[in-house]
This record gives sequence, C-alpha cells and structure tokens, in this order.
Amino acid sequence: MNNTVSLVFIGIGVAFDFFGCLGLIRLPDVYNRLQASTKCVTLGTWSILFGIFIRYGFTGVGVKALFCIPLIFFAATVAAHALMRGAYIFGVKMWDESVVDDYKDEWRA
Amino acid sequence: MSLIEIFLYILVGLSFFCLFRIIRGPTIADRMVGIDIFGILVVGICALLVIITGRTFIIDIAITWAILSFIATLTLAKYLSGKKLNE
Repeated sequence: MNNTVSLVFIGIGVAFDFFGCLGLIRLPDVYNRLQASTKCVTLGTWSILFGIFIRYGFTGVGVKALFCIPLIFFAATVAAHALMRGAYIFGVKMWDESVVDDYKDEWRA
Repeated sequence: MSLIEIFLYILVGLSFFCLFRIIRGPTIADRMVGIDIFGILVVGICALLVIITGRTFIIDIAITWAILSFIATLTLAKYLSGKKLNE
C-alpha cells in the first residue's frame, strides 16, 4: 500500500519535472523560462521527496527527505528571484511581445 | 526494469535538456537558469537512487547539493547585477 502511494507521488513529480524542462527549452526569453521551469521543477522535486517519505516513514531517510522539502522550497524560490533581478539589472532584453514591464521606472530610469 | 528505474532514466534525460540550454543559451542569464534547474533535478535523482540502490547515505548528498546549488546561484546572480560580493 505504501509503495503504491509513493509510486503515484513519484510519478506526479517526474511529470512536473518533464513539463518544467520542456518550458526551459521551448519558451522565448529568459524571464519566461525562469518562471516556468522554477515553479514546475520545485513542485516536482517536492513530490518525489514526499514519495520517499511515504515509502520509508519516520526512519532516518524519511525524516531527511522531509527536512529537504522546505529547504528546496525557500532556496529555489529565493535563488530564482535573485537571478531574475540580476538579469534585469544586467540588461537582458525582454521578448518582443511582452506586455507588462513594472520595473522599468525603478531600475531602468 | 522496474518503474523506478524508468523514472530515473527520464530524469537523467531531462538533465540533458538543461545541458542543451547551458550550451545554446543566447545570454549569460540563460546559462545560469540551466545550472539552477539542473541543481534541483539532481536532488530528485539522488532521492530515486536511494530507492534503487538501498544505500541511505545518498539522501545526505541530496541535501548538500541543494544548499550548494542555492549558494552558487546567489553568487552568480550577485555577480550578474554588477555588485561586489560583500555588498
């Protein structure tokens, strides 16, 4: 029973990882790639680690996997935000058909 | 070949997507995005290796890789925005 549930969680995680990496290849500019791939891959890795926790329970491996989940959440999102800010200040152009640019007054005066 | 091994091969194939973006990226920020996503993917690969091999120390490698990838991405982003590392 536990193995089946953990297999379902791991399968969902691998599917999310797949769509995130597909967005990493297909989307047009760096901001789109960053927002697609970071969210999807973070959630997919969360699901894989939660499947590990379900399979092993409260043993050493399970608790370490459970500890790794908030670490991945905060680390990946903070890193993606810092990377986006650095790319904007560096002057990477947005896509031609992008609509909204809220940071123009603040950082590109 | 069990289902877990198929998932492992899918994840290893996805890391080649990141490698494609690292090689072909038009700007330097694209390469950094590839490195960041690859760092998160490796955590999932290590978690699957725990099930396949049964050696439980590999989850420690996953935690360490997550922290090191976070620090590396922050450092590269700081460098990209044109500041010194102690500001």
